[in-house]
Amino acid sequence: MLLSFILLIAAAQAQEPEKSLSKLPSVTVKSLDGKVINTAELTNNGKPMIISFWALWCKPCINELTTIADVYDEWVEETGVKLIAVSIDDSRSSSKVGPTVNGKGWEYEVLLDANGDFKRAMNVNMIPHTFLINGKGEIVWQHTSFSEGSELQLIDMVRKLNAGESLEQH
Amino acid sequence: MNLKSIIPVLVFVCCITGLSVRAQDFLAGGKVTGNFQLDAQVYKADSAIGAGEVEEKMLMNAFANLLYSNGNFNAGMRFETYLNPMLGFDPRYEGSGVPYWFGSWKNDQFEITVGNFYEQFGSGMVLRSYEERNLGYDNALKGARVKFSPVAGVTLKGLIGTQRFFWDQGPGIVRGLDGDFALNDLFDKAGKCKTRVTVGGSFVSKYQALEEIIVNDTSLLKLPANVAAWSARFNLSRGGFNLDGEFASKMNDPSNMNKFIYKNGHSLLLQASYSQKGFGIIASAKRTDNMSFKSNRNERGSVLDINYLPALTRQHTYSLAAMYPYATQPNGEMAFQGQVNYKIKKGSRLGGKYGTDIALNFSRITSIENELPEGTTTIVSGTDGYTSSFLKFGDELYFQDFNLEVQHKFGSKFKLLVSYLNLNYNIAVIEGHPEDSVPVKAHILIADMTYKFDQKNALKIELQHLGTKQDEGDWLHFLAEYTVAPKWFFTVSDQYNYGNPDKDRRYHYPTVAAGYTAGSSRVSLSYGKQREGILCVGGVCRPVPASNGFAVTITSSF
Repeated sequence: MLLSFILLIAAAQAQEPEKSLSKLPSVTVKSLDGKVINTAELTNNGKPMIISFWALWCKPCINELTTIADVYDEWVEETGVKLIAVSIDDSRSSSKVGPTVNGKGWEYEVLLDANGDFKRAMNVNMIPHTFLINGKGEIVWQHTSFSEGSELQLIDMVRKLNAGESLEQH
Repeated sequence: MNLKSIIPVLVFVCCITGLSVRAQDFLAGGKVTGNFQLDAQVYKADSAIGAGEVEEKMLMNAFANLLYSNGNFNAGMRFETYLNPMLGFDPRYEGSGVPYWFGSWKNDQFEITVGNFYEQFGSGMVLRSYEERNLGYDNALKGARVKFSPVAGVTLKGLIGTQRFFWDQGPGIVRGLDGDFALNDLFDKAGKCKTRVTVGGSFVSKYQALEEIIVNDTSLLKLPANVAAWSARFNLSRGGFNLDGEFASKMNDPSNMNKFIYKNGHSLLLQASYSQKGFGIIASAKRTDNMSFKSNRNERGSVLDINYLPALTRQHTYSLAAMYPYATQPNGEMAFQGQVNYKIKKGSRLGGKYGTDIALNFSRITSIENELPEGTTTIVSGTDGYTSSFLKFGDELYFQDFNLEVQHKFGSKFKLLVSYLNLNYNIAVIEGHPEDSVPVKAHILIADMTYKFDQKNALKIELQHLGTKQDEGDWLHFLAEYTVAPKWFFTVSDQYNYGNPDKDRRYHYPTVAAGYTAGSSRVSLSYGKQREGILCVGGVCRPVPASNGFAVTITSSF
């Protein structure tokens, strides 16, 4: 049954002459000041975007975002990239996200995905899970987990994207 | 796989096939994405730590999601298999099937979903359907939902459905309406007003066939078939200030959770925060009284919850800090929480080159004041139970947590995090231990150090100590993790219950683990002992039994 589904989809995909990329799905999340935002409309004016799923209870996520925060200004200046940090904290701690982010001095755009709708639409299993989005709003690369130094791979991918190089993994 | 679960999928596949026959173009532009996760463990009995014999020797949980999207049309399904459910997961998950599938389409104003779906009204105090696969928690609604946004700033939602109960559906039908109004988008289109105001309200009603039960051997109770709940909420923000609140109320809902009393329930949540770059502060208060709301009045435990009552405590991640986690008491609690985050500036004497992060958090939860009617000494089923003054705190302390965390980076190679926690944990109330159990008072000290050898190689060392005279006494935890970014990790850890009052139970819980990540796929292996405990992810917890053995986790997204 699953197979039939997959075959069907494979057949559908086969009809396309070129491999095309998935666009950002359209679900609603909230900004820290309560604005409703459609995720399909997230944009960085044609420049690349990093979307990072995290939560206050996720230690490696905080590590990743803290590490990037130290070099974020340089990243923005060099590549024009924007990082959007999507918190999947539920209503237990979503109201602590704003004060914590500000308290840490992070300059990211922060979104609240309190019931995991965006997380589900992006097929995120475990966090941290980081996506790289090109200027057309297409998902070009993704990575799960964080260890010290992983941020270098991420910015490398952004550079490659800007230079029009292939992002295939080795 | 049972027949019931096959039918929706056949319909789903047929629909798609049908569509593809009629409209090749429709499928041609579509995209399929998905994910997969498998957890398996080979169990070894270890009577010392309380790990029992597992007859199957090996247990496994796995699932895969497939999402199809094409313009305004989306469809998806999830296959789940538990052969057999791993220890700690409800054994009623045993088997395989497709318990989740949906189709949805939308335009600028409407979004219609049929099948299974997740939804939350406001902060979830009257309705939240949610999943946390790693805990085996899933109360998805199955039915239909319509979202309607007539003008910018207004979102209306209506839904009807039954809730997932393992491979079945619960007996109650949940009906819900919700409206959310962003006043600025409605009345201040030019955006002149600096204060943003959003208000909202929900109405939820549950139907479960009328039931008559006999309590106290004599009285016959008629349990209402329809139970209504409503809530009102607001959010106000201006610059760095934010104020939000929600009040929820529930009509007569005698249930197994509240000893079949007819008293109305309610819950109030208020939060105020202020933040600017480098500084954040928040204070929250919450009162809950008789607010368990399930789509089966006879159920207990974390199944068939219609609503969600968030715990106002910090969720700890270090293993000894997470040893005594709080769980909301839906029958009644008064909660307060405050938190301050501060960053000592870069370049200052204390801040150094990278600055120093400080976080201070305090939470305290007590019972509600509770007065029984004259002539009674306990809650009597079939009555209004008790009265409770809205603003008074009860005498019994359920939980208190004071914690401080300081993080500093010494140059580009070394960083250190130090944390202290002082916990007061009412083990009788929270874990249902005998009523005369002494509350656990614990001091926890944590040091977490990371040293970067070069751009890719790093070593992290965690030292944790938990000191308490109650429960199982003192614990030590040691962890060393070596990572080669972005692909490899290797971990060695041990937990040692060196202060157990029973000298014969001073066990070690050693574990070794390794993992490999490639893009969005990850494999991790571990071998060792796991202590009995409570695992929490997000706002949900589940007990994890002691185990010993070899475990593997594979996860992938595409």
